[in-house]
Amino acid sequence: MSGTKPKGMNGMKQLIIGMLVGLVAAPAAMADVGVPPTVWSFRTEKLEYRLGKKENSLAWDFDARVGGDEYRLVWKSEGLRILGGGFAELNNELRFQKPISAFFDTFVGVAASTPDGEPQRYYGSLGVTGLAPQWFEVEGALYVSKFPYIRARADYRALITNRLILTPEVVLTMPLADDPARGIAAGGASAELGLRLGYDLIDRSVAPYIGLNYKRSFGGTAKLVRASGGSVGELTGVLGVNFFF
Amino acid sequence: MKNINILRPLAVFLGLSLAVPATAKTYDITVDKIRIDTGSFKKTGIGYNGSQTPTVLRFREGEEVTIRVHNNLRESTSIHWHGLILPYQEDGVPGISFKGIAPGETFTYRFPIKQAGTYWFHSHSGFQEPEGAYGAIVITPKRGEAVRADRDYVVQFTDKHPHSGSRIFRNLKASADYYNRSQRTAQDLIKDAKAEGLIAALKDRKMWGAMRMMPTDVEDVQGFTALINGASTKQNWTGLFKPGEKVRLRLINSSANAYFDVRVPGLKMTVVQADGNDVKPVTVDELRIAVAETYDVIVQPRERKAYSIIGESMGRTAMVRGTLAPSAGMVGPSFPLRPKPRLTMADMSGMMSGMDHSGDKMGTADMAGMDHSGMGHSGSDMKPANDMPGMDHSGHDMGGKSMAGMSGMSGMSGMAGMAGAGQASSKGKMRSPSFYAPGSGLIPTAANGGKFLGYEDLAARKPLYRDRPATREIEIRLTGNMERYIWSINGKKYQDAEPIRLKYGERVRFKFVNETMMAHPMHLHGMWTILDTGKGAYNPAKHTVSIAPGTTVYTETEVDAAGQWAFHCHLAYHMSSGMFRKVIVEGGPA
Repeated sequence: MSGTKPKGMNGMKQLIIGMLVGLVAAPAAMADVGVPPTVWSFRTEKLEYRLGKKENSLAWDFDARVGGDEYRLVWKSEGLRILGGGFAELNNELRFQKPISAFFDTFVGVAASTPDGEPQRYYGSLGVTGLAPQWFEVEGALYVSKFPYIRARADYRALITNRLILTPEVVLTMPLADDPARGIAAGGASAELGLRLGYDLIDRSVAPYIGLNYKRSFGGTAKLVRASGGSVGELTGVLGVNFFF
Repeated sequence: MKNINILRPLAVFLGLSLAVPATAKTYDITVDKIRIDTGSFKKTGIGYNGSQTPTVLRFREGEEVTIRVHNNLRESTSIHWHGLILPYQEDGVPGISFKGIAPGETFTYRFPIKQAGTYWFHSHSGFQEPEGAYGAIVITPKRGEAVRADRDYVVQFTDKHPHSGSRIFRNLKASADYYNRSQRTAQDLIKDAKAEGLIAALKDRKMWGAMRMMPTDVEDVQGFTALINGASTKQNWTGLFKPGEKVRLRLINSSANAYFDVRVPGLKMTVVQADGNDVKPVTVDELRIAVAETYDVIVQPRERKAYSIIGESMGRTAMVRGTLAPSAGMVGPSFPLRPKPRLTMADMSGMMSGMDHSGDKMGTADMAGMDHSGMGHSGSDMKPANDMPGMDHSGHDMGGKSMAGMSGMSGMSGMAGMAGAGQASSKGKMRSPSFYAPGSGLIPTAANGGKFLGYEDLAARKPLYRDRPATREIEIRLTGNMERYIWSINGKKYQDAEPIRLKYGERVRFKFVNETMMAHPMHLHGMWTILDTGKGAYNPAKHTVSIAPGTTVYTETEVDAAGQWAFHCHLAYHMSSGMFRKVIVEGGPA
């Protein structure tokens, strides 16, 4: 890092990558017998091309994690880049995650939202993530800053066959304060619904998929969107491939 | 016999021994990085003496062996002599018996061979054993085999996976069902709905979903190619015979993860030995060999044709065929995989009772309320756990309790095959010792509808020890969290647990309570594990005992080996995740 202070997105990225590389490299030596070695994984939930009415875009959602049974360091990244434009969304979060029950982890972290053309936002994050009864992957988190919001997420993997998997997903975001510079109003929620049909091509490492993604804003936020001439709801077709290493 | 009786005093008088003089032979093993070819995939792995065909060490009972192990790997290694009774410093477990064998180092093991039978050896470092670091040990008894055979073959099974052991472990930690390609699908739901009605099918899904458990969770790791003596079905390991000859097959399961159901279609197998110790011969059609177990069987092919040795994994995801043939180049017939078993609520019963008294089933170290500290892992003197308040597994382990009451009874063999057949519902009533939960989905049946070997069939040919009451009982609860792929003993992983302390000269009774939904082959190093099959002094002495889900199994150990020993589940990825303990034997000869 040569003493450079993390500055904005690039600095943050460097910092995160540096930490992860360090953690993966450190426990390379063979662990004692009976003592689980530190493990890492990289997994995309989305890595896709979105075909919209007005424009096409690239979107991703991945996490890279390293750790053991007692704690885990997780880097989560989500982004949406308009083709021929800039980053409409860019969120990076570094979490320290710890089990609290058989199926759930709690986490604290720092998050940065740094899309193009909008003011940057930094948050402290606090949440719970895990596997709910009936196999729903769920997550709820509070992002704390001058512009706090709550985010909840759930998905379900329906096995058509052992390799052909349909994944419905819902993400709800509820702003708790007005952030006019970003066109967000307190209480004006936004929702994202996804339905993706994937096929595990190589193990679970490579899984191409097709699907639909629908985004909609509500309440005050929707009003602000309309006022700026945007559309409140947006349906896109998606074509992507997920990786899991 | 007569001659010996006359000659022995004479020999003593002359200062001679009639026994074969204890020779001191030297054996060399190199540990090498090799290419492994299964016929369906190639990968880099580890082999002894540069080969994917396992090395067979042939010893004689009474000899003093010197084994020089040269490590050609770029990482440290070790060899554990699985099932051998030897000084603990020679046992080959890094961090417990010694410090391991550094790259380039030649380590010399020296120990006397005090036993006979079929055993095996393997690396106890990292994931080297799944990578191929295993071989067989055949020890000829001083006075010859109790049951003679004309031919003698090692049949060593393994589950060779295209992924490296560390990658498999990493994937299981990231997603416990990573390798489960036998999960129930929408298609299964439709099938089940047709068979049992939609409501029943949905109810069943709901029940499993509520527990977040999978009834298909029989084999953690699927996608492997099963091998016999390093050869896949395509590569067809073959043993030759002349029609009418008796052929001894020394079955060894050196898999990382897979149990095998073994049969030789068309022939009966007479089981004469289990885990290196002779048992009263029992004739069966098929047997299940847990990971790390050995069984010696005698078959007698009478026809001049090729017979198949079939090893079918317990989860029915893989099969290997070897051939017994009157001449080289022949291929035994093939058989399809049988339908995949599914776990039932019976297999979950241990989990449920575990939840009753532990609250949250985290399986991680920092969980208070479930640790039962002082119960066994600390070795504090413990009375039978049945008396302890809050420990009652209410009915779930009736099998265990009634079994305890029946130890010492003989003549149980007639009840073979009844295990788990449903008699158990009569609470507290006498029944056969059960090594599967009543109604378990894992209860095996023979492919030809004949006799399937069960632990209840095993009786020692000659007891190794005189029978005596155990000095105390130690409870070993097998615990875990499947979703997180954490495996533990008494709710604690190895790194968080105190060693189990035993006293030299005592006889301890282990009460294994399986509170998970998987079978665990538990292996105690250095001392025999006498499995309570209800036969008193004739209970068989084993080195590895499989504890089926939802069952309670009792074993006893004569603590007759000083030092410190490993004690663990022999599924490679369960052991690595923490289902492991150090056992310290206090006192005894230095």
